[in-house]
Amino acid sequence: MSTGSTEYSATGRHAAEEPVDYMTDSREIADGEAAPGCRKRDPIVVADNVTRAFGGMNAVDVEHLEIPRHKITALIGPNGAGKTTLFNLLTGFDTPNSGSWTFEGRSLQGVSSYKVARMGMVRTFQLTKVMGKLTVMENMRLGATQQPGERLSRALFKGIWGSREKEITEQADRLLEKFKLDAKKDDYAASLSGGQRKLLEMARALMVKPKLVMLDEPMAGVNPALTQSLLDHIKNLKAEGMTVLFVEHDMHMVRHIADWVVVMAEGKVVAEGPPGEVMKNPAVIDAYLGAHHDVDLGDAQGIKELEAELEADDESIAGTEDAGILSKIKEEEAP
Amino acid sequence: MNFLDILGGALGEMLSPTTAAYALAALGLAVHFGYSGLLNFGQAGFMAVGAYAFAVSTLQWHVPFIVGLLIAVVCAVIFAFILGIPTLRLRADYLAIVTIAAAEILRYIVTTNKLTPLTGSANGLAAFEGGFFDLNPFPPGTYPLGMSNRDFFVRVVGWVVVALACLVVWLLMRSPWGRVLKGIREDENAVRSLGKNVYAYKMQALVIGGVLGALAGMVFTLPRGAVQPANYGTELTFFLYTCLLLGGMATILGPVIGAMIFWAVLSLTQGILYGLIESGTVTFINTVQAGQLRYILVGVALMLLMIFRPQGVLGNKKELAFA
Repeated sequence: MSTGSTEYSATGRHAAEEPVDYMTDSREIADGEAAPGCRKRDPIVVADNVTRAFGGMNAVDVEHLEIPRHKITALIGPNGAGKTTLFNLLTGFDTPNSGSWTFEGRSLQGVSSYKVARMGMVRTFQLTKVMGKLTVMENMRLGATQQPGERLSRALFKGIWGSREKEITEQADRLLEKFKLDAKKDDYAASLSGGQRKLLEMARALMVKPKLVMLDEPMAGVNPALTQSLLDHIKNLKAEGMTVLFVEHDMHMVRHIADWVVVMAEGKVVAEGPPGEVMKNPAVIDAYLGAHHDVDLGDAQGIKELEAELEADDESIAGTEDAGILSKIKEEEAP
Repeated sequence: MNFLDILGGALGEMLSPTTAAYALAALGLAVHFGYSGLLNFGQAGFMAVGAYAFAVSTLQWHVPFIVGLLIAVVCAVIFAFILGIPTLRLRADYLAIVTIAAAEILRYIVTTNKLTPLTGSANGLAAFEGGFFDLNPFPPGTYPLGMSNRDFFVRVVGWVVVALACLVVWLLMRSPWGRVLKGIREDENAVRSLGKNVYAYKMQALVIGGVLGALAGMVFTLPRGAVQPANYGTELTFFLYTCLLLGGMATILGPVIGAMIFWAVLSLTQGILYGLIESGTVTFINTVQAGQLRYILVGVALMLLMIFRPQGVLGNKKELAFA
């Protein structure tokens, strides 16, 4: 086992710092050279030798990974790279075969998922999970913490939990307004569209007042008109002092909002760094696109160039009827 | 055939202690299945636990009524823990398998001949209700619907218990605690990701519903003055589910209304069928067959309800729109 976790006692290093504006904080994220598994100046999550095998296949085999505090970190990689599995392992929804990992210096080994959430590490799911037969408002209230009425012994008497309920409702109202769901608050969550459910799930996670928000494909299935507002919401989380870790396939979004990008392939961390640099990294282009690597994935110009190049390629489906967005090309071209 | 008698019989059946017991047990199922999504197919087992724990402790140790009642409740809590500890971490269907098996195991245990001195085997136990009727404050005489003071006392107690249980369940379900339960019913992983101890909530719900089942077992058995294993078969659980679905799953008064409808339909069909047979209008079945036919008609009624009003009598149609 590595001793990394003890060296990075988060509180010790963090407490000495002056208050900073997290939006404009331009200090180096990495402690030294950006490389897979590199040390961070101020990590919130540190994972060591985390492995998880399904049958004979190693779904996750992460030697060392640190998530920088107060930053937006993107976790990218092709399908089956182990991104969601790593999410499940970090949040206690799955148990790794080996390894140790800490959140703010506290070990999370063997800690159950609900306790992880209470510590301030809250996740959303790739397949959105809303409570369909509860109203949007009830969904939101469910996320709140410190409601004494959630204890059976106090639930009978409204006098005990009524005042906290009012505070929770106000908090939920504010968030719903931000997420443009306030008109829907008395509707059943099942009546929301896919994109609205993504928004509700994110808003509900924020009711917990987390320190680290982990979003599993927040843009999947979201209408492009909503994308921009979702991006703004995620950026705002950083402004409010939260740390964000998200899984995403949309390179535009990654480039747009991420401060740091971690690339996984076949369960391993293959590259790390600021988005601009990582997307030029041959290992990343290889993992995502196979042979056609001399493009910048986060940039519309680069994608156009790639499409033009693929059109000239006889083996490519680009330019034919089947050709669509990059993801389609990616599936065909990946080795 | 006298329709007034038939209607009077149905009305009497709606208020009978058996109906109160069904309402109470179905309310327990509403806590389990309707609000928490726990698929308990062993509610008859919880009723048996309540009835036998009370009867055995009264007959063996001659405990006063209130102590017998407490023993019954404690036994139901223990039974809920035995069922819940191994299964509540697993998917819902495992609880269904374990509860239906446990209820049958319990019924076979009390039927065992070796335990005859304790449980009375297939004949069951009798003459344990004295302590309860000693508490009767009503003087002998004639009460409404031609009841004796004993009948009246049993009905008053039974329905007061149902009313109190409804009140407690209503208070619980409108609280944040109830909200967490409903969230668990919808998606327990989502609730877990928000920092709630799903396992503890499910256990609490299982215990509360189980205690209601045990109380129902006592309400069921006290007016009979006898407890017999044959009464607590699997079909009892399915009748309770029928009541629950008739009334509306995630409602407070639904199980109560459902139990009343269930027994009223049974009583009405019996009255009408027997009347038709006795008057010679119907000749192709006898009264014994008619007794079985009633349950077929209850099944048909449930099917019609599921087709035309799937949310039950009191259920919220909107909740089903997205199912």
